[in-house]
Amino acid sequence: METVIGIKFNDFVLIATDMTAAHSIMVMKDDEDKTYNITNQVVMGVTGEAGDVPRFAEYITQNVKLYRMRNGYDLSIPAIATFTRKTVAEHLRSQSPYQVNFMLGGYNPIEKKSHLYFIDYLGAQVDVPYGAHGYGGMMTITVMDRYYKPDANYQEAYDLLKKCILEVQKRCIINMPKFKVKISYAGGVQELPIITKDNIEQNVIVNVKE
Amino acid sequence: MSIMDYNGGALIGMKGKDCVAIATDKRFGIQAQTVSLDFTKVFQINPHTYMGFPGLATDIFTVYEKIMFRKRLYELKENRKISPKALASMVSNLLYENRFSPFFVEPMIVALDEVTLEPYMCDMDLIGCVNKSDNFVVGGTSSSQLYGLCEALWEPDMEEDQLFETISQALVSACNRDAISGWGAKVYIIKKDKIIVRDIKTRMD
Repeated sequence: METVIGIKFNDFVLIATDMTAAHSIMVMKDDEDKTYNITNQVVMGVTGEAGDVPRFAEYITQNVKLYRMRNGYDLSIPAIATFTRKTVAEHLRSQSPYQVNFMLGGYNPIEKKSHLYFIDYLGAQVDVPYGAHGYGGMMTITVMDRYYKPDANYQEAYDLLKKCILEVQKRCIINMPKFKVKISYAGGVQELPIITKDNIEQNVIVNVKE
Repeated sequence: MSIMDYNGGALIGMKGKDCVAIATDKRFGIQAQTVSLDFTKVFQINPHTYMGFPGLATDIFTVYEKIMFRKRLYELKENRKISPKALASMVSNLLYENRFSPFFVEPMIVALDEVTLEPYMCDMDLIGCVNKSDNFVVGGTSSSQLYGLCEALWEPDMEEDQLFETISQALVSACNRDAISGWGAKVYIIKKDKIIVRDIKTRMD
């Protein structure tokens, strides 16, 4: 029902999530934030069962913070992905499995490398250049197959995301008028302009603080 | 559709003359939707010991991690590398511990014994029933196609080049008749003095 999209480029990663919070057939709000900043460099877009999403995302965030306090340095991005996957997989065979799907991404300025992981509610983890969860994935992956190039600049990347979202809003029966976009790059994690049904046809200039 | 077919995938192990080979496809999907084209299901356990995990992607990682944990403890305790036969028992044991809520993987071990360099090959079902083989082992969603091809193409005492050709042809042809595996493949040839890893192009449709 919800959509989260992630795209990895050579020196940054984009994560976009829709902003609707639905309950049964009713839309409760249209400014829900389903992205979570795990560290200064890592951002996670989460979809799934309403209560599970914040609970699980905050559990991961706080444990990664705890690791930093104990050790004096952050967990690496692949390690955060492994930890997230392991937590999902451990709960899978318990009485209360978490119904959550992630696109977890980040840029590491030290090794100058970006990472993007696709993790589903079963705990399957895949390293992907681009990916999406939910019904939106069915419309967007093909768009990215056609237009993705790893060396795109910020503006080209944002416009590719707009192409994907345009397709979701055009073809998906579920109403997803707003998408929150976050970028992880050498300067940290930053929010980019929200993509809405109204501004998607316009040319939005992307300003990323260097 | 069975949970074993949820993510798709195909694997083969084959025995040659003083060498063994293991091959995997690269597709990762969620039912019919392809998500990744770079998802190999083969792991190096020791220099001459490889394992392949056909089945549910989450359990591929879970079982692999649990096996590595036990294997490392074993090697620390014994102060030597684990033999493929002991590894098979270890995996079988782990799987049977979960007899009534199993991990949905059917692991295969393809190896040369680290001491004697004797080829060893086996696969097992999801609850750890070991099937030792002297010719080939297959697994994954296209296992019936793979059985047919291996039965037709395999012959005893193949050298490394012929073994590579046979295992590749078997995997590629089987994947072409299976919608949820394929999209590229990777072949590992294990010899006593070297490991040869090759990526194979396959049909991408």
